[in-house]
Amino acid sequence: MLQPRDLRDALRLLVPRNGAPAPVPFAGGTDLMVHLNAGTLRDRRFLNLWGLRELRGIRLHRGSLEIGALTSWTAIRHSARVRRRAPSLEAAAAEIGAIQIQNRGTIGGNIVNASPAGDSLPALAVLEATLILRSVRETREVPFGGFYTGYRRTVRRPDELLTAVRIPLAPIRGARHWFRKIGTRRAQAISKVVAAGLIRRSRTGCIEVVRFALGSVAPTPVRASRTEATLLHQIPNATVVARATAALQRDISPIDDIRSTREYRRHLAGVLLRRFIEESG
Amino acid sequence: MIAPSVGLPLPRTDGFDKVTGRAAYVDDLRVPGCLHGATIRSTIPHGRLRRIRRDPAFDWSGFTFVTAADIPGQNVIALITDDQPALVDGIIRHAEEPVCLLAHRDRERLLAGLRAVTLECDPLPAALTIREGLARKAKIYGRDNIFKEIRIRKGEVRTAFRGAHRIVEGTFRTGLQEQLYIETNGMIAIPERGGRMSVLGSLQCPYYVHKALKRLLGVGDDRVRVVQTTTGGGFGGKEEYPSMLAAHCALLARKAGKPVKIVYDRLEDLAATTKRHPSVVRHRTAVSREGRLLGMDIDVLMDGGAYLTLSPVVLSRGAIHAAGPYRCENLAIRARAVATNTPPNGAFRGFGAPQTIFAVEMQLNRIARALRIDPVELRRRNVLRPGDSTATGQVLDAGASGPLVLEEAVRRSGWSVRRASFTKRAPPDPERASKAPRKGTASGRIRRGLGLSLFYHGAGFTGIGEVYLDSHASLAVTRDGSVEIHTASTEIGQGMRTTFAQIVGDELGLPPSMVRLAPQDTSLVPNSGPTVASRTCMIVGKILANAAADLRDALVQWAGDSPRRAPGRRATRGPWNPQQFRRLASAWVRKTGPKVFTRKYDRPPGMKWDEKEYRGDAYGAFGWGVNVAEVEVDAETFEIRVPRVDVVLEIGTVVNPLLAQGQAEGGTLQGVGYALTEEVVRKNGRMANAQLTNYIIPTTADTPEFRTTLLSNAYRHGPFGAKGMGELPLDGPGPAIAAAIENALGVSIVELPITPERLAKAIRARPAHE
Ligand SMILES: Cc1cc2nc3c(=O)[nH]c(=O)nc-3n(C[C@H](O)[C@H](O)[C@H](O)COP(=O)(O)OP(=O)(O)OC[C@H]3O[C@@H](n4cnc5c(N)ncnc54)[C@H](O)[C@@H]3O)c2cc1C
Repeated sequence: MLQPRDLRDALRLLVPRNGAPAPVPFAGGTDLMVHLNAGTLRDRRFLNLWGLRELRGIRLHRGSLEIGALTSWTAIRHSARVRRRAPSLEAAAAEIGAIQIQNRGTIGGNIVNASPAGDSLPALAVLEATLILRSVRETREVPFGGFYTGYRRTVRRPDELLTAVRIPLAPIRGARHWFRKIGTRRAQAISKVVAAGLIRRSRTGCIEVVRFALGSVAPTPVRASRTEATLLHQIPNATVVARATAALQRDISPIDDIRSTREYRRHLAGVLLRRFIEESG
Repeated sequence: MIAPSVGLPLPRTDGFDKVTGRAAYVDDLRVPGCLHGATIRSTIPHGRLRRIRRDPAFDWSGFTFVTAADIPGQNVIALITDDQPALVDGIIRHAEEPVCLLAHRDRERLLAGLRAVTLECDPLPAALTIREGLARKAKIYGRDNIFKEIRIRKGEVRTAFRGAHRIVEGTFRTGLQEQLYIETNGMIAIPERGGRMSVLGSLQCPYYVHKALKRLLGVGDDRVRVVQTTTGGGFGGKEEYPSMLAAHCALLARKAGKPVKIVYDRLEDLAATTKRHPSVVRHRTAVSREGRLLGMDIDVLMDGGAYLTLSPVVLSRGAIHAAGPYRCENLAIRARAVATNTPPNGAFRGFGAPQTIFAVEMQLNRIARALRIDPVELRRRNVLRPGDSTATGQVLDAGASGPLVLEEAVRRSGWSVRRASFTKRAPPDPERASKAPRKGTASGRIRRGLGLSLFYHGAGFTGIGEVYLDSHASLAVTRDGSVEIHTASTEIGQGMRTTFAQIVGDELGLPPSMVRLAPQDTSLVPNSGPTVASRTCMIVGKILANAAADLRDALVQWAGDSPRRAPGRRATRGPWNPQQFRRLASAWVRKTGPKVFTRKYDRPPGMKWDEKEYRGDAYGAFGWGVNVAEVEVDAETFEIRVPRVDVVLEIGTVVNPLLAQGQAEGGTLQGVGYALTEEVVRKNGRMANAQLTNYIIPTTADTPEFRTTLLSNAYRHGPFGAKGMGELPLDGPGPAIAAAIENALGVSIVELPITPERLAKAIRARPAHE
């Protein structure tokens, strides 16, 4: 376990040397330790991020809410800023694991771990977050929607750290936020389906902004763009909802696995979409 | 004279050390020179082992390697029959079967060594389900893959069905369940200088391990010593499996000439060790118009896995409890344990009864619906009362507490009012797509339901089992004048250290703190039998109470004869206060030598059992129980919550109400998991969800509010009137929760666990109540 002094030192340590692979960033370790224990992790060199203060904190920055990659779920859950501007993210934070995991687990770990069941990912998708990736060479900004390339695959290069998540606030002013997780039990649960939504309606009830995203229904978190398209500029009624539910089934591609079934997940996704529309009406 | 402690809610004597982390479990023990051991297991469910290949490029220095060829005695885990090998010899009969063993001083090296071994096998067709086992898709055991068949007959079933008002049928299924003790299985074997093998570990039954090791090593009694270390839960999961693990450690230790420790990680423990037997139970019941049970025809199938282990006894208890606590003069029960190519199933709290009680309780609810009789009223009409006889013809005396627990539970839970308020509605429409979106509170979607189960559970070994066990227990007086309990009964979290001290203390008129417990070490303590079958407090506690009475009488007599006689008159329990006892007892030992009082099991007079016909007094006593479960089901997502369970149990004299309540709540919660979430997912015979992330037990957030009532109907032959209670609480939650879901949604439940996925499917298929 390499112990960097600061962020710059950490980035330097990530540069591959003499053909040896870059060390694996180790944040809270709540995902890594599980893989290590299960014997599914080959890597043996790690880079301890836990001491890097530059990567922690929640602040407002040029019209965005900026959250350091190393910020724990406990910090996010108890942040007044997050509660006001990104309540779906706060809701996700509150449902991740339980207290111990929330103290150790970080938002950056959840994002880079790239599990399709990561509970914060649908919220970040509908918040249209920007991910800040840094290496010794450059700093890149990657839109959340472009980060995942396949099952547990991302555009992050091995020498890059995710340093922060930026949520632009202007486009979502006045919107209602929605989040719902359906897990295998009431705590310490992996999601069977998790969904987040964001909606703004005109005085007449017409939908002006709508975003809906789900986890555990495809190899990556899914932004339900077909569904959104059927809802935009509509006043929700039975027909609109039916059309949206049908579109949703084309946005997702769930599978049978050890936690649930394809069929049940499809069913749940539909139920959650309807609840999103009803409850944020 | 001090006040009696039986009946007081004393905290567990081992509790403080456990919650403060001071207790040392097997993995905490530091044994100098100890090697780490590991097991190489089969990955296929059935096949021929051609070769074990060790990578020649790997550095094997410092490794100890053991195969079946290294076994000095017999390659069997001695238990009921000798079918299970300690290590595969030729044929692999299930996935995760141990094939060979490795040990090394360094753990990382050991893991590298594991990866450098490959098994070359020729796969054979595998029978992975009860149906495939019965169809002999693979030949596993005997000629027909039946480990054991039991038939119980009473009266004239055929005639009863001919005269029936109605015949109700149902088939019910239950799945595997993991015991999920917090501490995984772990063991250390230490080869001693004189040639004795000492084994220390997490286990329930020291003498089972002792017996197995003697056979494996081909040695006599005194060449094996088994010691229980602080054990983090058992629930049956450490009844027979520790013999396997001890065998592996002992083989490695013998060959290495050094101590060897194996502690499973959770993955290995979940994947490889025993689980509750899956079951399929078919009921046909002939009923009268008023709902009397005229005849019951019951067929029980249990999946035993690849080896016999304890399946015949699990099956036996399942069969005996299959008709439930109900009066029926004509019945036929056929029960079979079937071999499959899956890891052997074994002991688990309840031991076959939770499966068959689920089935019979769901069948009773079916009958209630068919006849439009309230489920409580139906039970009231059929519950066994004093003078009635059970399925095996055991005539119950005043200890038949079924009516008592039923009425108490109905009253305390407010059954009638609450059940009526959770009015039955039409089955929900899972799609609802055509309907306009309602502005939404959850209230319309949440369906509430109330369900009840009535059950009983026999305490102690079945039939003449206790006679065969011939349990012995002793009390010794030490030189410092305190009393020491010598039994092989183990503390596994149930609280026996505390209850034994209460029982012996009361018999002697001493505070429980003056009664100590000798280590569970086969070289020191007699065989008081296994710590299983709800028998420890009732059976071994009674033997100890008798030994204590002997001790008291002998001391009183000696004191009377001796010049320094005890002052004061003789009280019922002991004519001394603690200080006087200590002085007196110490003088006694110093003057006349060591004092040990040994008693053995006395069969209650009049108990009769016919093993061949399965008739007679199956158990000395039954505990009785009712659960009333309330559920909330989201009618769209099918998420299920259990906000409240009323638990009413009659367990004879309550020796320690705090511990009894702990047993009641813990057992009920284990039953909630069994009912709703605990499911083993297998792929080609291997567990695919062997992680606590994916094998779902309830958390605190899933735990209902328990309203527990303990009733006492003293049992004459138990210590101070106590009966066994450890397993009883797990029998009720499955059927009570299932009944509550039936009540909430108007569907028929026929299988545990009731997952949202299954419920969604059932609602889509829409088989509303018949
Ligand atoms: C008991 C338990 C319960 C859980 N419950 C939930 C749950 O309910 N919902 C849920 O979504 N998850 C859950 N998790 C998973 C986990 O806790 C979360 O995903 C958490 O957010 C991971 O954060 P971490 O800091 O611990 O990640 P780590 O384990 O440290 O890292 C995870 C991955 O991200 C990489 N990484 C971490 N930080 C960075 C960075 N700054 N830059 C580049 N790469 C980085 C690591 O290299 C690694 O590949 C649970 C885990 C456990 C053990």
